[in-house]
Order: sequence, then structure tokens, then C-alpha cells
Amino acid sequence: MNTSDTKRSWSWVIPTLYILFLIVPIYWLVNMSFKSNSEILGNFSLWPQSPTIRNYMVIFTDPSWYNGYINSILYVVMNTVISVTAALPAAYAFSRYRFLGDKHLFFWLLTNRMAPPAVFALPFFQLYSAFGLIDTHIAVAIAHCLFNVPLAVWILEGFMSGVPKEIDETAYIDGYSFPRFFVKIFMPLIASGIGVAAFFCFMFSWVELLIARTLTTTDAKPIAATMTRTVSASGMDWGVLAAAGVLTIIPGALVIYFVRNYIAKGFALGRV
Amino acid sequence: MLELRNIEKVVGEEHHIHPTSLVLERGTLNVLLGPTLSGKTSLMRLMAGLDVPTAGSIHFDGQDVTGVRVQDRHVAMVYQQFINYPAMTVYENIASPMRVAGKDKATIDREVRKAAELLKLTPYLDRTPLNLSGGQQQRTALARALVKNASLVLLDEPLANLDYKLREELREELPRIFSQSGAVFVYATTEPTEALLLGGRTATLSQGRVTQYGETIEVYRRPADLLTAITFADPPLNTIGMTKTGHGLHIDEQQAIPVPPHLVSVPDGPVTIAFHPHHLSVQPVSDTAARLSVQALISEIAGSESFVHIDYRGNRWVMLQHGVHEVEPDTMIDVHLDTRHLMAFGEDGRSLNATTGGA
Repeated sequence: MNTSDTKRSWSWVIPTLYILFLIVPIYWLVNMSFKSNSEILGNFSLWPQSPTIRNYMVIFTDPSWYNGYINSILYVVMNTVISVTAALPAAYAFSRYRFLGDKHLFFWLLTNRMAPPAVFALPFFQLYSAFGLIDTHIAVAIAHCLFNVPLAVWILEGFMSGVPKEIDETAYIDGYSFPRFFVKIFMPLIASGIGVAAFFCFMFSWVELLIARTLTTTDAKPIAATMTRTVSASGMDWGVLAAAGVLTIIPGALVIYFVRNYIAKGFALGRV
Repeated sequence: MLELRNIEKVVGEEHHIHPTSLVLERGTLNVLLGPTLSGKTSLMRLMAGLDVPTAGSIHFDGQDVTGVRVQDRHVAMVYQQFINYPAMTVYENIASPMRVAGKDKATIDREVRKAAELLKLTPYLDRTPLNLSGGQQQRTALARALVKNASLVLLDEPLANLDYKLREELREELPRIFSQSGAVFVYATTEPTEALLLGGRTATLSQGRVTQYGETIEVYRRPADLLTAITFADPPLNTIGMTKTGHGLHIDEQQAIPVPPHLVSVPDGPVTIAFHPHHLSVQPVSDTAARLSVQALISEIAGSESFVHIDYRGNRWVMLQHGVHEVEPDTMIDVHLDTRHLMAFGEDGRSLNATTGGA
């Protein structure tokens, strides 16, 4: 009785500490984004003494800042659409048909994710230069497909294999052609899988910096690159950087909210 | 009329279906009876066109349909698992084959409501299948097969996953529901009792071969070979190897059973004698019954009847006894075998009973 009471009364300590450690950096970022530079560099304060939204105004009014967001979102969305569209038929083939070397091919797909993006930076740069694609959104979108298509195939294959093959056959018996069956019957069944796959593509493409920076100069420069370049330019604008950081976290947080119920299954590549 | 001409299905090294020829008439109920893995589903998939036979051809109403896409056949199929489109409502599920066929809205609505009424689904039309009970889900699948008005209806153990009461209810309704369509109606089952209750015609399957095809009751009463007899027996058939000499059936020197009149024409020599468990009893049922001294093993009591497991000289038999009948394990008891119902099979497994016309 006594020991269990003691246990219960202290059980909140560790989770609270853990959450605190997780939250502090994010809180500090938000905190900084509402301070002026002099306050950031001046006294230590737990919350803004004279809150300001100047930092955010800079980002929303200066094209060199907000274009970074537009560029990032553009190529990320392009990449997500291309990856999922390409992965859907591939995953269907892997889940429904047996063919020579299917298992090896499937595993090889995943090994693509094991190489660090830096490895591919040089060949990509050379290749895209040759085709005149440098500094375009589509260049980054296609480059990220190298990592995202295999991942999407793996996730979708897991979800598709959870759908009994008899549903396909029943649809054919009912008279559905393959494309019609795929869009009208099959895709609604794996909607959560498509959502999770899209989420993972989105997140990878959104946080990936190296390839995105290598393949762009000005017109398609992603926000993360803008942020790192500002550091070395005319001094440090800490407040604006912090605001940019906050705005960079938001899209990811939004997307994760929509797939929160399926995310565990997604991490298990659909095999739960 | 569905005609299978020497169709064969080989996957890798394995024969799923050995060369098979069958003619199924329109407006008939055909039961495919066989244990699991006997090839019922493989045969149905070939009939439906989901699989293409390795050899042979399939004809429907005189037309060669071998290799014709399943979309272009006039087929409906219901699986053992409850297969519906989970993302659609029950209404849309039933309507789906007609939507694909491009029927007009009024016709679709009328047909869906008619089928739903027939299968007692009207209150659930707006729900999605996963929110229904198993029986309702399977009825949805059946309704979808019904509205398609196909000329070949394939039901692959449609009631196997349902509970007892629902199964009885649907089993009665199914033949009635589909009989009006004039389709070739094929029903696969593992249960001999179900085949008998459905009636119609039965094809018994064993290890990828159709062993016999004919009127269900005929196949049951006069199986052409031992495999058919074993397939079409529940509880399992009792068998024993004997030797016929003159007017006696011998298991060894000491004991003999007099040869019943219907087996007199069986040639002398080794025969396999088989009979159903309900032809054994504790009380003598007729003056032609042979008395055997057997070792009682165990008694399984299933409500109004008891299955008594017995051992007769190394042969494990089952005796079906009405009422509760308990036995003392490992005691010797006397049982009576009604020899009028004995079936005799030759060494090749063919029936030797005179009533099968010597075949």
C-alpha cells in the first residue's frame, strides 16, 4: 500500500522530464521568434519581454524569404505526387504477382534508402547539368524520387497485401476493367496507406537539404538553403531565422496531424 | 450449358486438376463435393475464367470460352470469405455489377431493392459491409451475385463461415433464389450432409479428380468407387478388407459373414467392404444382421445421437447410435451389422455392387 502510493506519486516525474527536454528547443525557437535581436543577444529571459511580430513580417514581405517556402512546397508536392503515382502500380505488381526475381527486386528497392543522399549529389549535379535542369523544381522533385519511390512502394505493398485478392477477382467478375477497379474499388481500400506513403515522401523531401541545395541556385532555392545562407550573409538576424524555423516546422506538424492514426502502421511499412 | 472438355490445370509440378470432362445443364443445381484441397476451388476458378486451363477447353452454350476474360463472361461468384467492397455501402455493393454494365438508374434501384428484399437486407442498405454481421455480409455478396443475372453462378462454400442457424436458413433459400434465373448453378461444399440437403446433382472430387457425377442421391446410394464412397460419407465410412469365398465373407479363418443377396455376384477373392456408421447398431435391426464382437473405445455423445468408436480386429469403426449411448472403454461388446447395406469394392477401388450395373 505504502510503496505503491510512493510509486504512483513519483511516476509522473520521468515522462514530464522527457517531454520537457523535447519541448524546450521548440519553445526556445518560438520564444526567440517573437523577440527583437537586441533582446535575444541581451538578457536571458524565459519569455519575450516586448513581443514583436517584426520577424514574421520580414519573412512574409521579403520575396527572398517567402520564395524559399514556395519553392520548397512546390518541389515537395511534385515529388509526393510523382512518387505515389509511380509507386501505386509497382506496389500492386509486387503484392499480386509472382515473377522472376520479384523478392530480390523488392529488397533492392529498399537498399536504395540505405545510401546517404550525399553519395548521389555529385552524379545528380553532373547529370542534371547535362540536361539543363539545374535550378528547376522538377529537378529536385525527380532527384528525391530515388529515395521516395522505393519507400512508397514498400509502404503501399504492405497495405495492398492486406486486401484479399478475392476482392480483385470479385470486381473482375462483376465486370470492372482493371483501371476502373483500381481507382474505384482498390484505392479507397488502401486510402490510409496512400496517405501514409504520401506523408513519408512529403517529410523526406521537406527535410532533405543536401540534394535540394546542390541542384538549385536561385529560382528553386528551398527554404532550408535560404536559412543556412543567411547565416553567412550580412550579420546574424537571429529573430528572423527563428521565425523561419517555426514556419518550417508547421507544414510537417500539419501533415502529421492528418495521418496520426496510421503513422505506426506506416513506420512498420504497412506490415502491422 | 457449361461443358468442360478434358480440362487440366498444372501449376509447376503439381496437378491441381487432372483431366476432367463435365457437362452441367442450365437450370440445374450442381454440387461439387470434396474435402479441402480436393480441387473444388481450382475447378470453379477454371469454370469462372479466373484461371486458364493448362489443357482442354471450356464451352458455354456451345461457344468456346477458354481464355475469354472473366469480365466478358456471364459469371457470378461468391466466396467462402465474405467478399464485398468495404468502401461502398451495401446498396452500392449490390448495384455495382449493374453500374458497370451501364444500366439506367431506375432499373438499378428496382433490382437492388428487389434483391435486398429477397435476402432481408433492406434495413442495412445504407451501411457499409464491415458494419454488418457475417451473415449479412455474405447475403450482400449473394445479392450482388443475384442482380448480375449471370448464366453461370458459382458459390464456393458460401455458408462455411456462417453459424449453424444462418447456414440452415440460407441453404434452404439459396436454391430457391437462384432457381428462377435458369442459370448453371454450381455449389462447392466439404459437407456430404449439405450436398444431400441441396439435392440436385453432385460431382465428388478427390485429389483433383472428379470421381463421379450424377444425381446426388444416386451418387450417395451407389458410389462407383471407394474414393467416392469415402468422400460422400459423414460420419466417415467404415471399411474392412475381406476375402469372399462362396457364400462367406472372411476376415480370417474363424469368423465369416454370410454374403448378402445383393453381393452374390461378386467374384471370389479379396474385396473391400464398406458401410455407413448408421448400419451398425447395438440392437439387432433385422434378421439379416451379422453379429460381431468388437472392442468399445469411446463414445461421443452429440445430443440426440452417439458416435461409438469401436475396434474390430484392428479396423477402427464408428457406430452411430440414436439416443445417449455410453460404453465402458476397452470392453468387448456385441454389435449388429445390417448386411443389406454393405458395399463391396474390388482391389482397383471400383464398386462390385450389382445395383451399380456391374460398373
